[in-house]
Amino acid sequence: MTGLASPSAGTAAGARHRKPAGWQTGRATRVGLLVLALAAVVIFPLAFTNQSVSTIAFLTLIFVCAAVAWNLFSGYSGYISLGHAVFFGSGAYAAGIAAKDWQITGSAEFALLPLAAAAAALIAVPFGLIALRVRRHTFVVITIAIFFIFQLMAFNLTSFTNGTIGLNAPFLLWDPVSFDQRFYYMALALALGTVAISWLIKGSRFGLQLRAIRDDEDRAASLGVRAMPVKLTAFVISGGITGLAGALWFFFINQVLPQSGFDPLFDLTVALMAFLGGLGTVTGPLLGALIIEPAQQYLTTQFSNSYLSQILLGALFLAVVLFLPRGLIPTVAAKGGGWLERRRGRQGAPARAEDDDGGEDGTDAGSEAGSVTEAGSEADAGSVTGTGAPAVAGSGESSAPAATSKGPAS
Amino acid sequence: MGTELTRAVINGILGGGIYALMAVGLTLIFGVLDIINIAQGVMVILGAYLSYALSVHLHLDLFLGLLITVPAMFVIGVIIQVAFIRPLHGSERTSMSLLASYAVAIIIEGALYLFFGPDYVTLNASYVTKSVALLGFHLPYIDLYGFALAVALVAGLYALLYRTRFGRSIRATMQDRTAAMLVGVDVNRVAALTYGIGVAVTAAGGMIFGASGGGFNPNSGYDLISRLLALIILAGLGSIGGALVASVFMLTLESIVDIWQPNWSIAVFYAALVLVLLIKPTGLFGRQAARAQ
Repeated sequence: MTGLASPSAGTAAGARHRKPAGWQTGRATRVGLLVLALAAVVIFPLAFTNQSVSTIAFLTLIFVCAAVAWNLFSGYSGYISLGHAVFFGSGAYAAGIAAKDWQITGSAEFALLPLAAAAAALIAVPFGLIALRVRRHTFVVITIAIFFIFQLMAFNLTSFTNGTIGLNAPFLLWDPVSFDQRFYYMALALALGTVAISWLIKGSRFGLQLRAIRDDEDRAASLGVRAMPVKLTAFVISGGITGLAGALWFFFINQVLPQSGFDPLFDLTVALMAFLGGLGTVTGPLLGALIIEPAQQYLTTQFSNSYLSQILLGALFLAVVLFLPRGLIPTVAAKGGGWLERRRGRQGAPARAEDDDGGEDGTDAGSEAGSVTEAGSEADAGSVTGTGAPAVAGSGESSAPAATSKGPAS
Repeated sequence: MGTELTRAVINGILGGGIYALMAVGLTLIFGVLDIINIAQGVMVILGAYLSYALSVHLHLDLFLGLLITVPAMFVIGVIIQVAFIRPLHGSERTSMSLLASYAVAIIIEGALYLFFGPDYVTLNASYVTKSVALLGFHLPYIDLYGFALAVALVAGLYALLYRTRFGRSIRATMQDRTAAMLVGVDVNRVAALTYGIGVAVTAAGGMIFGASGGGFNPNSGYDLISRLLALIILAGLGSIGGALVASVFMLTLESIVDIWQPNWSIAVFYAALVLVLLIKPTGLFGRQAARAQ
């Protein structure tokens, strides 16, 4: 859906007087595709009642939530977290422990979902306060270390977590088909809500501050962005949503173990989804999850052991990192944008040049201004490296200073 | 109690030597390439499995086998660096290289599962089971030999870094890549060879780890890498001397805590890590600002 949207935004910004026409066509197409896609995902479980299909569909939606939630922190702020399984597992365990202690049975368990989200968000506060003090490699390593602490706790705090035996979810007296359908729609609602939150954040002043932090935290701070509260808020929102997804996953799977709730591959998979689709874009992680999770589930069932699919996942990851470092959506947007530019006989060359500059760490004023500008534009794939680089070429000079001064003031 | 404590300290020092060897490789790679090699843990396990395969199928002595496994791991390291790490450029290089090495790790782990299965194995030799009475303690020969080997290799690395021309170019690249390039250091070659060296020491570390620990399986790499990462961050990224001190200190602390709380002893690593970072974000011996972007 967005592959079409971004180029139109790019060309529109390139030539201001054409903007209304191009923008409206893009918008009509976009709304049409969105309605079609929504209809398809709503009808899906009614059309496919096969249990292995509906299980994969549910898990895919859970990973859509997780990947989009991961991205709304890591993708926007540039702090790559490899510890989000902490929230996923904590959500699952919070629901499991509460259900066990309060002897909750049947569908009353769903009342625990907000509790799971709150528990994960609460954990995100000290986690963030510790980890967000450091940057880059050290941040990544701290998230990994904290992840292992939580896995260790799940193994060792046996009075709460039952150790290696794990916890079971309350039993639901639903027949298999309606069980899968109801879970599917719950996951769908959660996924759509997460995408909506991610989209709202991206367009907001808060999202702008996050991306200013990603481009250059010290400069953003000097311009008045209160970096720590901004980062922490995003981290907590991201963690809370991931915890909610974890609890729903737990109710569906019916069991959580230390190694399944706190799974190192979860961290990697979620990051891979966002990277494949396009880090820092709204639809990128969504697309990544829709591609990777079904593929992974299919491979696991095909090869009857998970080792080969693990190798393939790693190989896919390497391929993405090496050949698609910017992700699908920004790459397609840039290619499509360039193609449109050339087709309409405009200056494709300068646009491409600017595009390449944007990749270099936002050290020069041009690319920084460009990335901040984008927040205001319609471009879906907004990132320094990504996106509608053509938009940067066109509007960067004129509107960038205004946007820069407007953005970080708080 | 007193003897137990002494025993814990001795075990900690012996174990610390082996961890120091593995951590030095990791911190060296960080210093030169500015990447964290997440695959280091599983590479140690790969080294252990190589020793295992040689000793089971060719009945080669474990220490003799290192003459094959160390160069083999060196070559694997150089290939990985040239194929997957070197091509990464641009602003996302940091996260990309982390993810690339993570991907390498899960590929190696998957391959080890395919070849060797999930069962725990141990390395066997006459000196693994025998022990010597020393200062009133029974110490397994393997721990002593392993410690001696680790000390020799760390000393060798030190000599390489501080006594050779190549070592000087490594240190120059660690300090300032661009400046090193300007004075004629082939930084690409240095990066590839350093990665190779950092990985090669895991072959020796893996052999000792596999022989002296309670067995290993392909999954053991996670536990190992999380400890190693904690160690080098604790020490300060890129600090070789710091990695040595931190390894011996933390392993000793862990084995002391192990007396009372065996299940939680590994938490000592992370608790220390979190504590140190709260006070000094650059790590104990960090010379470069970890906060700089």
